[in-house]
Amino acid sequence: MQLQAPAFSFGKLALACGFALTALSAGAATTLTIAALNNPDMVELKKLSPAFEKQNPDIKLNWVVLEENVLRQRVTTDIATNSGKFDVMMIGTYEAPIWAKKGWLYPMDKLSADYDVNDVVKTARDGLSYGGKLYALPFYVESSMTFYRKDLFAKLGLNMPEKPTYTQIAEYAKALKEKGGVYGICLRGKAGWGENMAYLSTLVNANGGRWFDEKWHATIDSPEWKKSVNFYVDLLKNYGPPGASTNGFNENLTLFASGKCGMWIDATVAAGMLFNPKESQVADKVGFAMAPSGVTAKGSSWLWSWSLAIPKSSKQEQAAKQFVQWATSKEYIKLVASDLGWTSVPPGTRISTYNQPEYLKAAPFAKFVLNAIQSANPNDATLKKAPYSGIQFVGIPEFQSFGTVVGQSISGALAGTTSVDAALKAGQAAANRAVVQGGYQK
Amino acid sequence: MNRSASRNLRYGLTTALAWTVAILVFFPIFWMMITAFKTEEQAYQLSVFFTPTLQSFRDVFARSDYLAFAGNSIAISVGVTVLSLLVAIPAAYSMAFFPGPKTQKLLLWMMSTKMMPSVGVLLPVYLLWKNIGLLDTLSGLIIIYTLINLPIAVWMTYTYFCEVPKEILEASRIDGASTWQEIVHLLMPMSLPGLASTALLLLILSWNEAFWSINLSSAHAAPLTVFIASYSSPEGLFWAKLSAASLLAVAPIMVLGWLTQKQLVRGLTFGAVK
Repeated sequence: MQLQAPAFSFGKLALACGFALTALSAGAATTLTIAALNNPDMVELKKLSPAFEKQNPDIKLNWVVLEENVLRQRVTTDIATNSGKFDVMMIGTYEAPIWAKKGWLYPMDKLSADYDVNDVVKTARDGLSYGGKLYALPFYVESSMTFYRKDLFAKLGLNMPEKPTYTQIAEYAKALKEKGGVYGICLRGKAGWGENMAYLSTLVNANGGRWFDEKWHATIDSPEWKKSVNFYVDLLKNYGPPGASTNGFNENLTLFASGKCGMWIDATVAAGMLFNPKESQVADKVGFAMAPSGVTAKGSSWLWSWSLAIPKSSKQEQAAKQFVQWATSKEYIKLVASDLGWTSVPPGTRISTYNQPEYLKAAPFAKFVLNAIQSANPNDATLKKAPYSGIQFVGIPEFQSFGTVVGQSISGALAGTTSVDAALKAGQAAANRAVVQGGYQK
Repeated sequence: MNRSASRNLRYGLTTALAWTVAILVFFPIFWMMITAFKTEEQAYQLSVFFTPTLQSFRDVFARSDYLAFAGNSIAISVGVTVLSLLVAIPAAYSMAFFPGPKTQKLLLWMMSTKMMPSVGVLLPVYLLWKNIGLLDTLSGLIIIYTLINLPIAVWMTYTYFCEVPKEILEASRIDGASTWQEIVHLLMPMSLPGLASTALLLLILSWNEAFWSINLSSAHAAPLTVFIASYSSPEGLFWAKLSAASLLAVAPIMVLGWLTQKQLVRGLTFGAVK
C-alpha cells in the first residue's frame, strides 16, 4: 500500500504534464485483447475472426501478435503482476498446468453443449489439465515424427518401416550420406529447452532414460543419457549437415525442403509445409513414419499444443470463453477448410477432423499425425517412473532455465567445443542445483 | 613530386578504408532491403539475382495495421523529443552557467543511470505503470523513454551551452532580460545547431527503442518495434515478411537521418571536435 501512494501522485504529475493523449475511452461493446503467437495457423485465425465479430456484434477483438519468446515473456509479466492487459492468451502445454497450479487461469468448464469437448483429442486435453480440470483449449496440436525422402530410399533399396528404430535410422543415415548424395539426417542442434532439448528428451525417453528419478535426483549422468547424447553427436557429426549445432526447426525445414536432407525427425506441423509444393521442392517425394524408438517407444514422440487460455486477471471471462470455444470449434475448422482448403486446417485438435474424408484425401500425413498425438502421453512418458509430467520437457517452472543450460552444453559438445562427458556433467550439476533450490528433491 | 604521391596514396588508402567500413555497416540494411522483395523460399538463398515481388509487403499490410503502429511511433518520438528538451534545456542552462560544487558529480551520476540493464527494473516499473494506469498508453511510453533519454539530452545540451560565451548572457542580464528571455531569445538561437542535433538523436533513439515498447504496450500504444516483433516465427518461413516489415519500420527514420546527416554527425561527434 505504501508503494502506491507516491506512485499515484507521480501519476497525477505525469498526467498534469499534459501527455495523457490517448486516455482510452471504453466503448459500450466488450473488447477482448488476445495475445497470440505468430504462426500460419494463428494468422489465419486473425484473418477469419471478423466472422466471430459478426456473430457476436457486442464483442470486439484486439490482437497482439508476437514471436514465441517475446510472447512468453510478455504474457508471463502480465499474468504474474495481475495486470489484466490480456483476456485471451495463447500458451503451450508447458505453461498450462504450471499456471493452473498457481491459480492464474480460469478453468474451462461449463462449455456450451454443442462444443463437444469429448471430440477434442484426449492426450491434448490431458496435457492442458491440472487436478482433473481443463484450463486451456487446444488450437493446434503437434507431435514429432520421421520425414524421409521416398525417392532416395527407393534408389538405394532401403525400406522405411512404419515404426523405425534408432539402429535402423543410423544405418539409413550412413547409406544416404555415402551413396545418396545428401546429408543423411538433419536434427535440431540449436540450444534451448524448446529447441535441441525437445528432440533430445524424446531420444533419451526412447533409450529408457528420464530427467529425474522418483526422488528428484537428476539422472543426466546416467548410462541412458550418455548413450543417447553420444549417439546424437556421432550421428550428426558423421552424417549430418555442417554447423548442425546452430540448426533449429526453420533451418532444418529449409534444408529438407530444398532437397539436402535424407531424413528429418521433427514436429508434425512440418508435414503441412513439406507437402505444400509452393514451399517445398520435394513435395512429391516426402515419406512419413513414426518417430524412431529405442529400447521403448514410450515418450519417443513429443506432444505440444498451442492453446487458448483465459487469465484470472481478465474481467471478461464470459466473452473470452465464447471466443476461445469458437476458435477451437468444429465450425471454425470447417471455416478454414472453405477458406484455405483442408490441408491447412489446424491439425491434431479434434477426432472429427480426422473423420473428414476430404481431409484424409488432401493430407496423406493425417493418420500419422493423429497416431503420433494419440500415443503421446505426457503423464506416462518414461520407461522408469518419473516424478514430473511432460514428454519433451519437465513440467516445473525451473525447467526453462536449466533445460536451456543443459541444451547449451550439449550444443557445445556437438560443435566440438567440449566433450559429451563434460557436457553431461555440467548438465547434471545444473539440473540438480535447480531442483534442490526449488525444494523438489527429497 | 614524391611528397604529393605519398599524400595521394594516403588519401587513396583512407578513402578505401572509409568505403570498406561504410559497405560493412550498410550491408545488413542492403540485404534486408533486397530480402524484402524476395519470396520466402528465395529469402534463404544467397543470390542477389531474382525477380522482385511485392508479395511480402502485401502480406504485411494485410496482416497488420501499419499506419496505426507508425502513428504511435511518430507520436511517441515527437512527444519524447519535446518533453526531453523542455526538461534538458533549463537543467543544462543552470549547470552550464551557474555550476555548483556538485555539478560535475551530478552529471556523471546521471550518466551512470544508463549503465543499469533495463530488464533489472522491468517489474517495478511494470507494477508502477499498472497502478497508475499507464500500461499500454502513449503517455506511459513517452514518460519512460523521456526518463531513459534525459541523461543524454542534458549532457548534449550542456556541452553546447558551455560553448556559448558567458559574457553575452551577462550583458543581456544587465540590459534587464529575465531568465526566460535570456534562454529563449539568446541562448537557444545561439546553440540552435546543437539543439537540432540533440532533437534528432532523441527522435532516433525513441524510434528505435524496443525493450520498453514491447513490454509496456499491447494493443493500443504499440509502436513499430512491436510491429517488427510480430513477424518472427519459430515454426515456418518468415524472413521475407520480416524484412518487409523492418524496411517499412526503418524507412521513415532512415530518410530523416539521410536528410539531416550533417547535424547528426556534428551531434554524435561533439566530444571529438573540441
